[in-house]
Amino acid sequence: MLKPVWEQVKVLWSQVRTLGMVLAHTFSKKDTVEYPDTEPYMFPRWRGRIILSRDPDGEERCVACNLCAVACPVDCIALQKTEDEEGRWYPEFFRINFSRCIMCGFCEEACPTHAIQLTPDFEMAEYERQDMVWEKEHLLINGTGKYQDYNYYRVAGKSIGGKDKGEAQNEQPPVDRRSLLP
Amino acid sequence: MFDIEVGSALVMGLILGGVILISAWLIWLERRLLGVWQDRLGPNRVGPLGLGQVIADMFKIFTKEDWVPPFADKLVFMVAPPIIMICILLSFAVIPIAPNVGIIDLNIGLLWILAMASLAAYSVMLGGLASNNKYALLGSLRAAAQMVSYEVFMGISLLGVVMLSGTFNLREIVESQRDGWYILPQFFAFIVFAIASVAESHRLPFDLPEAEQEIVAGFHTEYSGMKFGMFFVGEYIGVLLASALMTVLFFGGWLPPFGIGPEDSIVAGIFWMLLKTMVFVCFFVLMRAAIPRPRYDQLMSYGWLVLLPLSLINLLITGAVILFQGA
Amino acid sequence: MADGMSEKVSITIDNQAIEVDPDKNLLEEVLSAGLDLPYFCWHPSMDSVGSCRQCAMTEYADEEDQHGRLIMACMSSPRDGARYSLQAAADFRAEIIEGMMISHPHDCAVCEEGGECHLQDMTVMSGHTYRRYDGTKVTHRNQNLGPFIGHEMNRCITCYRCVRFYRDYAGGTDLGAQASHHHVYFGRYDDGPLESEFSGNLAEVCPTGVFTDKVFSKHYSRKWDLQTSPSICAGCSIGCNINPGERYGTLRRVVNRYNDEVNGYFICDRGRFGTGYVNDDAVRIRQSMTRSSQDADPVLVSNADALQQLQDMSGAIGIGSPRASMEANFALREKVGKANFYAGLSQQEFAILQQILSIYQDTPAHIASLKDVEASDAVLILGEDLTNTAARMALAVRQSVRHRSFEKAAEQKIPLWHDAAVRKLAMDERSPLYILSPHATRLDDVSETTHICNAGQAARIAAAVASRFDKEVLAPEKLDKAEQALVKRITASFKGARQPLIIAGSNSMSLPLVQSAANLAQALYQKNELTQLALVGSEANGLGLMLLMEDSQQDLQQAFATGTQSAIVVENDLYRRAPTAEVDHFIAGLEQLAVIDNIKTRTGEQAHLVCASATFAESSGTFVNYEGRAQHYYATFKPVDSILPATRWLAPETSLATLTQACSQTLANCAGMADLTPGQDYHYAGLLVPRQQFRYSGRTAMRANKNVHEPKQEQDPDGIMSYSMEGVSPLKEARVFNTPWAPGWNSNQSVFKFQDEVGGHLKQSSIGVRLLDKRNSAEEGGYIALDSSEKNTAFPLYHLFGSEELSAQSQAIQARATSAYVAMNPADADRLGFNAGGGVTVQGNGVVPLLLRDSIATGSVGISVGLPGLNVHDVLPDVSLEPAPQWQAPPQWQPDNIIVSDRLHKLHEQEGD
Repeated sequence: MLKPVWEQVKVLWSQVRTLGMVLAHTFSKKDTVEYPDTEPYMFPRWRGRIILSRDPDGEERCVACNLCAVACPVDCIALQKTEDEEGRWYPEFFRINFSRCIMCGFCEEACPTHAIQLTPDFEMAEYERQDMVWEKEHLLINGTGKYQDYNYYRVAGKSIGGKDKGEAQNEQPPVDRRSLLP
Repeated sequence: MFDIEVGSALVMGLILGGVILISAWLIWLERRLLGVWQDRLGPNRVGPLGLGQVIADMFKIFTKEDWVPPFADKLVFMVAPPIIMICILLSFAVIPIAPNVGIIDLNIGLLWILAMASLAAYSVMLGGLASNNKYALLGSLRAAAQMVSYEVFMGISLLGVVMLSGTFNLREIVESQRDGWYILPQFFAFIVFAIASVAESHRLPFDLPEAEQEIVAGFHTEYSGMKFGMFFVGEYIGVLLASALMTVLFFGGWLPPFGIGPEDSIVAGIFWMLLKTMVFVCFFVLMRAAIPRPRYDQLMSYGWLVLLPLSLINLLITGAVILFQGA
Repeated sequence: MADGMSEKVSITIDNQAIEVDPDKNLLEEVLSAGLDLPYFCWHPSMDSVGSCRQCAMTEYADEEDQHGRLIMACMSSPRDGARYSLQAAADFRAEIIEGMMISHPHDCAVCEEGGECHLQDMTVMSGHTYRRYDGTKVTHRNQNLGPFIGHEMNRCITCYRCVRFYRDYAGGTDLGAQASHHHVYFGRYDDGPLESEFSGNLAEVCPTGVFTDKVFSKHYSRKWDLQTSPSICAGCSIGCNINPGERYGTLRRVVNRYNDEVNGYFICDRGRFGTGYVNDDAVRIRQSMTRSSQDADPVLVSNADALQQLQDMSGAIGIGSPRASMEANFALREKVGKANFYAGLSQQEFAILQQILSIYQDTPAHIASLKDVEASDAVLILGEDLTNTAARMALAVRQSVRHRSFEKAAEQKIPLWHDAAVRKLAMDERSPLYILSPHATRLDDVSETTHICNAGQAARIAAAVASRFDKEVLAPEKLDKAEQALVKRITASFKGARQPLIIAGSNSMSLPLVQSAANLAQALYQKNELTQLALVGSEANGLGLMLLMEDSQQDLQQAFATGTQSAIVVENDLYRRAPTAEVDHFIAGLEQLAVIDNIKTRTGEQAHLVCASATFAESSGTFVNYEGRAQHYYATFKPVDSILPATRWLAPETSLATLTQACSQTLANCAGMADLTPGQDYHYAGLLVPRQQFRYSGRTAMRANKNVHEPKQEQDPDGIMSYSMEGVSPLKEARVFNTPWAPGWNSNQSVFKFQDEVGGHLKQSSIGVRLLDKRNSAEEGGYIALDSSEKNTAFPLYHLFGSEELSAQSQAIQARATSAYVAMNPADADRLGFNAGGGVTVQGNGVVPLLLRDSIATGSVGISVGLPGLNVHDVLPDVSLEPAPQWQAPPQWQPDNIIVSDRLHKLHEQEGD
C-alpha cells in the first residue's frame, strides 16, 4: 500500500530537484556570443565563402578539370574549359550558385591544384537571390590562399608557356625519337 | 479626480488593457527566462532589453497572410480563436486586484471562473475540429479529454478554500486570509490546483494538445496570422489568470506578507498582487524549461489516480477539521 | 571470327566454374563471364599481341599445384578442366602497372581522357594507389597531327594499340612506332595531319590520353557532364550508330556507339568530326523568317505565324529529301498528298535508287550488313569509291581480305586471336578483292587488282563474269585481252569463295553498273547460296526516301515540270540536286516557296518562308541505311524554342511515334519500323531513360547566370528518354542503349558489360530492323536488261571531307576539304589541248583547277561532287570543258593529295622504282 505512494513521492521529488537544478542556471555564464557586436574568431580552415586562388607565379590555379563540379553534392558549380595558345587550361567561365552551396568543402577536397578553397568569411547574405550567383571575376583572388607553394603545372607533365617538356619536377629532357641508342 | 472603486469604467479599462499588455509582455519574459535557464540570452536586440520584440512580433503577426484552409469549416474555424480570448478575459472580471480595484465583486466569483475555464475548452476543441486536419483533430481530442478531466479536481481542490472562507466571492476570500494565508492549511489543495491549472492552460509539461514533436502543432496546426495570435495570447492570459488565482486563493491576494507596509493601500496592494502573480508566472516558465512532457496515458492516470484521491482526501480532512473546530 | 560453334570447355577461376569457348582466349572468356581483369593492348576487334603484360593470371598444373605459374590471359587458350586464379596474380599486375606509370605525367586534370580513361580504371582496378618511384620521368615532344587529333606523348604506356589500329586494321601508313626501349614514340615522321580516314578512332582506341579528340578539346566537357542519346550518323548511307554529347546547349562531340551488325567499335572521321555545323550560327537557321519576294530581306517571324503560313499553303507540292528522316518525309507526303509528293533527287539518282530498291526486293542474294562484309572472303567492288562515299564499309572490306590469313592460321593450328602470329603468317597473302573503278582508290593497297576503267566497261566486265556462272547472261563484247584475263581471275576467285560479295552503289551515278552488279549476284547465287550483295545508297536516308515513294516516279525534274505555284521543300538544297538553270527557273516561277531546313542553303535564301528545323542532334526520327536497316535516333538535346523538328512544322499536332506507326502501316516493306523503339509510353520502374549520367554536374549553376530560379526540367514530347539524370542504371535496362558505363569501367571499354559475350551482340539494345530482309527466298526476278544509253564521258569524284552537304559545313572538316576541281588523264589532256596545272572552264560554273593523274580512266573526265564552286548536275552527263590558260592557281590550292589515293600511288611508284 505504501510502496506506490512512496514511488509517487520519489517521482515528485525528482521533478522538484530538476526544477531546482534548472533554476540554478540563472547564475551560470551565458554561452551566447553577441555577433556582430563581438566578432568571433574564425579558424583558418573554417568552411565559408569559396574563392579561386592563384599559383605562386600569379597565374590562375584553376585548370578547369571539372572535379569540383562533379564532387559538388548540390551541383552548384558550373564551368567551361578553355585553353591558351600554349596549352594551358583555364576556365572560360566559372560559376558558383551560392544560393545552393552548402559549404561542405567537397570541392576543395576534390581540387587537384589547390585552386578552389573555402575561406573563413561567412557574411554572404544578399537581398536579391540573383546576387548570390558568383562568376569567376568575383571568385578569383590575387593570392595563393592557404597553400602557398604549390604550382600544379610544375608537377604535371603538360607543357605550357614558360615551361617546356622536361622542365617539370623529376623530368628528363625530351627524348630524341630518331635515336636508337640505349 | 480618480474614481477608484470596483466596477468603475477606468478600472475596467485599466485591468483589461493591463492584462492583455502584460500577457503579450509575458511572451518576451518567457523567452528571456528560458534563455537564462538554458545559458543563453534570449531576445535582446529590439529595444531596451529586447522589450520591443513583442511589438515587432505583433506587427509581424498582424501583417501575416490570414489564411483559411479551403478544406476547413470556415465559420467554426474563424469563431474558435476569439472564444478562448473572451472566456479568459471574462474570468479576470472577478479577480480582485487590490482594495477597491476590480471589475466586479461577484458572490459566485469562483464558480464563474470554473465555468469560464470550461467554456474555454470549446475554443480548442472547435478550432481543432474545424481545421479538418488529422493533427489538429488529435490535438483537439486530447485537449477536450485533458481539460474536462483536470477541471474536476481543480474544482474539488478549491472547495477546501471555499469551506475555510465560507464564500465564493474572491474579494471575501482574500479578506478572510488576513489571519493567515490558505497555503498552510490548504497546501495539498494548492499542489493539486497548481498542477491542474497547468493542464487547463495546456502549458508544458502538459501541452499534449499541441505537442509539436508528435502532432505538428496540434489544434492550431492550420492557424496563422492573428487567429493563431489569439490562441497564442490566450495561452498567456491563461497563465496570468492561473497565477493570479493562486495568489488570490492561497497567497493572500494583495495582502502584504508578514505585515510589511500598509495593508489597505491601493498602490501597495497592486504591487503585492503583481509581485506574487509574477512569481507564479516565473514558476510556469521554469516548469517549461525543466520538466519533460509525459505520455498521454500517464497524464490521464496521474490525474485520476493521484490528483483526484488527493483532492478528495484534502476535502474530507478540511471538512472534518472545520466540523470539529466548529463543534 | 571462328567459324561455327565449338564445343565449350569447363575451367575453374578462383574456385568458380565457368564454361568457355576454347577458340577464344582466356581474357575474352574471363570478361565474358562478367569478371574484371585489367588489360591494355588487347582489343575486341584487334585481338591479342601480349605486349602490355597487364592481364596476368595464375594457371595451376593440377589439383595439387599450390604455386601455379603466371600466364598472360590474352595469350592463352583455356585448357579443359584447368584451374586458374585472378587473385593470385594481383600483386604481379599491381607491379606491372606501377612500372607503366613510372613516366606517366600525372596531368589527369588537364587531360581530355580524364574521367573516361582506361588507364585510370585499370590503375584503380590493379590497386596501384601510391607512387613509390622518385626518379626522373621520360618526356617526349608532341606532334601537330592536324585538325582532328591531339597528341600528348608523355601519357603513353606503349601498349601499341594505336599503330595496330592505324596500320594493321585501318591500313594507314603515316603513323608508326619510333625509337626504342623505354623511349618508344608513336607518331608521324614529321608534323602533319593524319591521313587515315579513321584517325578519330585513335582517341577511343588509345587507353589513355595520348591521342585525343582535338575538336572536342576546343569546347571540352567531361564524359559525365555530356547529355547523350543513342543516335545515327547522318553522314552517309551506312548509318553508323553514334553517341553525340551535348553540354550548355551545344553539341560537343560524337563517339562510336557499338552495334555489332553495323559499325562495331569504329566510325569514320566524317561522322566523328562532321557535326560542327550544329553549333555554327553562321550555318544554322535558328529563327524562322519570311520574305515578301525572292530578293527581299528576310523578316523574322514567330513559330505560330510560320506554322500558320505553312498551314495556308494549300495545293502546294512537297519536295522530300534523302537527308531528312522517314518521319519528316512522311509528314510532308501526308500534308501535300501522295500525288503531290516529289523525291528531292535528280532523275538519274532517283532512277538508280529506285533500281536498288527493286533489286533488293527481287534478288535472292543476301543483302550484306557490315558484319557480313567483314565475313566475306571474295569481294568485287563496282565503281564505288567506298572510302569516300561509305567509309565504314571500306574499313569492313579491308578486314574481309584477312580471310586468307585465317585459313592459313587454321591450317597451322594457330589460334585466330593470336593477331601478330596470324598477320606474320600470311604476310601479303590476302583474300581476293577486285576493284573496278574509274580512278585509283584507297583500297588499292589490299586489292588483288584495281582495274581502272569507266563505269560502262566495269558493267561489261561484271556481265562477263556473270555469264561464266549462268549461260542466260549474254557475254558482252568489247573486252580486251587484259580484261578477259581479269574476268577469268575474278571468276576463279568467286568459284573458290565461301561467301562472295559484290559491292556497287548509287554514288557512281551509273545505272548499268548497279544493274550488272545485281545480275552478277543473281548468277553467282545459282552456284553459291551464300552470295551477298551490297548496294551503297545516297546520304543517310536515300533508300528510306525510295520506300516512301513506293511506285511513284516523281523525281525533281518532274516537280519542275508541274509548273506549280507553291512548293514546300524539306531539308533539301535543290541546287545540289539539279542543274542550276533549271532550279532558278523553277524557283522564279513560284509564288510561294517554303523551305524547312536546319542550315542556310541557296534554296533557302530565295524562299518566301524559311522554317528553322532541328538537326539530327536535336530531333528524333528514323533513317533507313543502305541495306534497308531502319534505325531510330533520339534527340540529344533540346534546341532553342524557335527551332522545331521538321515533323512538328509539317504535322504540328501529331507525335513522332504516331508518324512512325503510320509509316509502318502505310508503306510497303516498312512494317518493321513499328518495333524500333520500346514505344512512346515506355517506362522502366516508373521512369524514363535518362539522357544524363548519374554524375551529371552543375545542374543548379549552369543556367544561374540568366536566372537563379531554376526552370522546370525540360520535357521530351516523344517520350522514352528524359532530359534529366533520373532513371535506372543502363546495366539493368539498356533497351535504349545510351552511353555505356559500369562500376569500375568509366571508359568506352565498359561496352563489353552490355554484350552477351565480348565482341558479340548487345544483350538488350535495338540494332535496328532490316526492312527488306528475305534471305533464301525463291529465285524470282530474273536478270535485268542493262541500260545502254549511258555515255560515261564523266564520272563523279567524292571526298569524305567535303562532298556531304552537312558535314562540309563543319569547320574541322573544312580544314581537310578542298574546293571543286576537274580531273583527267594526262594523255587525254594532251589530246584535247589542256595545260598541265592550268584551269578549265566548266559550262555555267566558271573556272576550276584541272588535275592530271595517270590513275584516271582515259576517255572520261572526273568531276568533283559537292565541293564549293561546281554543281555536278550542270556537268553530267554531257560534259563540256574549255581550257582556261590564263587561270592562276590561288596560293591555298594544293594539288598534292587531292585525290586521297594519290599518296598511296606515289608510295607504290617509289617502291616500284
